[in-house]
Amino acid sequence: MAARNQPMREALRKALREEMLRDERVFVMGEEVGKWQGTHRITRGLYEEFGDRRVRDTPISEMAICGAAVGAAMAGLRPVAEMMTINFAFLALDAIVNHAAKIRYMFDGQFSVPLVFRAASGWGDQATASHSHAPEPIFAHFPGLYVAAPATPGDAYGMLKTAIRDENPVLFSESIALYPKPGPVPDDEDHLVPVGKGTIRREGADVTLVAWARGVEWSLQAAGQLEREGVNCEVVDMRWLRPLDMDLVYDSFRKTNRCVIVEESLPMYSFGSEIAAGIQENMFDHMDAPVKRVSAMDLPLPYARDIELMALPDADKVVAAVKEIV
Amino acid sequence: MDIANGAALPDRDTLLDWYRQMVLIREFEETCYDLYEEKRITGVYLHLYSGQEAVGVGALAAIEPRDHAITAYRDHGVALARGVDPGPLMAEMMGKRSGVSGGKGGSMHLASREHNFWGGFAIVGGHLPLAAGIALEAQYSGRDDVVLCFVGDGSSNNGYFHEALNLSAVWRLPVVWLIENNLYGMGTHIDEASGQPLLHKRALAYGMRDGGRIDGQDVVAVNGALDEAVAHARGEGPVLLEALTYRYRGHGVSDRQYNVRLKDELEEWKAERDPITRLGACLEEAHPDSRPAMSALEQAARDQVLAAVKFAEESPAPDADDLVRNVYVE
Repeated sequence: MAARNQPMREALRKALREEMLRDERVFVMGEEVGKWQGTHRITRGLYEEFGDRRVRDTPISEMAICGAAVGAAMAGLRPVAEMMTINFAFLALDAIVNHAAKIRYMFDGQFSVPLVFRAASGWGDQATASHSHAPEPIFAHFPGLYVAAPATPGDAYGMLKTAIRDENPVLFSESIALYPKPGPVPDDEDHLVPVGKGTIRREGADVTLVAWARGVEWSLQAAGQLEREGVNCEVVDMRWLRPLDMDLVYDSFRKTNRCVIVEESLPMYSFGSEIAAGIQENMFDHMDAPVKRVSAMDLPLPYARDIELMALPDADKVVAAVKEIV
Repeated sequence: MDIANGAALPDRDTLLDWYRQMVLIREFEETCYDLYEEKRITGVYLHLYSGQEAVGVGALAAIEPRDHAITAYRDHGVALARGVDPGPLMAEMMGKRSGVSGGKGGSMHLASREHNFWGGFAIVGGHLPLAAGIALEAQYSGRDDVVLCFVGDGSSNNGYFHEALNLSAVWRLPVVWLIENNLYGMGTHIDEASGQPLLHKRALAYGMRDGGRIDGQDVVAVNGALDEAVAHARGEGPVLLEALTYRYRGHGVSDRQYNVRLKDELEEWKAERDPITRLGACLEEAHPDSRPAMSALEQAARDQVLAAVKFAEESPAPDADDLVRNVYVE
């Protein structure tokens, strides 16, 4: 299929624009999404094209942004609500967790909540503790919500389309660090990535690296380095933190019998904990080594560059973890 | 205490219909209380509407079926006044599959999509931005429906209130924000919780219409004020108003000290301002032949609630398939 090389930022914008053209019920709301063109420029040009009915600047009111999106979705619209950064979604945790995720169940199917909460995520350049989170696992904790976290522009494009068209609420995490990175984006307005399906980014037979979003980049870098040292890694990109494609992990693990989990987020009660638990529960007979985890350090993130980077995962830490189990 | 304060009275049939709804709510609520005492309704949450009937009935009479109603967890009266059948409501209290929410929501999560009654929400203030979103859908779609959002006085002090009301003003959303001020957020009096206890005055801060404070025990006054508020919301944007009311039971059924703590105040409200007594007196004065009709409505309410209890008790509980259904749209 024809594809164009585009940064993730452009892939997301293309998906948003096409879905707005496709379905009149889709609209965008959030802080600075309109006249300002979006803090991260994902909504650039949409205000000019679609006007203020469908590209809605809001006050700095995260509870109201997320809660109003829930109400509008219950009533039949398909809101795409932007959290300028995922850190601010903490202010709206109740609207997301207690309302978006639970309304369908609480009223036994009387309502559906087809919306997307887009949120720019991850640690940035010395953004400091309160602006440096990759808290996707918190949201993935709750049934009723889907959690998407694309690693490539092509997936960002297809997954955002899937999220907008789906009948369920989706927390859609976009890694700020990946926004400028280019990759092929299919020339297909109906390119959809199925909910809950991961993918193999690189095949290998010795160790399975399980990751999402930026962790995929670190894993691929580590795999390249390890290949030169004769270790062949398979890289699994989970893409969705909920539903979690454990079957894909197990299929890979049956082949490699070893696993390192790579995550940008914190280590306690984490993505890594979840995958590791699944492996030991279901793959015990296939295990040749302990499951290792590479996560951020269990700390708030500091400002000073010299120590900020120490706290974070990177390809070298992945390499070191792999070497402990091969 | 008279009602209507000299305003034109609605016709006899309308007043009798409001009387019917109010006695049905009172009967339903007091029956819920008894059933809870008898452990035929279980759980920890049951927030009764006794005493506040005139607010729900008078307000909902001011909107059309195509309009929308949403409230917090003290939701039984609003559901009944919106026309939802008492049987499935009582079944929900008892956690039965035939409940309006399949037995999965309980007392605090009643809703009926077909009645445009959007729930029953249990996090204080959580439904306020939902009301804004439902109103946004109407405005976005070019319809002139309005949303009537019942707001407890307690929620006027959390962030949802501020954010949702401000957003509704910025976007000129067709919402009537009706504060049911029953004076207590759980056990804390509004004077101890609000720097400005005249809650309707908050409208000024948001640049929206201030619908004032109304006597929430006077169904005619409530309805008159809501007629104006709804007309404003339908044409021009949001309105905030406040109905002063009183609940006869505790915050919830687990509030066991209420009747002791507030005995004198409670007795005074019951003796002097009871909304059903006042509407009854008004009817008898304006239409001296109304007493038999009122008695018949009281009996009908008892029969209807008894039938609802029977329906609920005879309904099956949800099963293991119900447990896992409707987490997602499959």
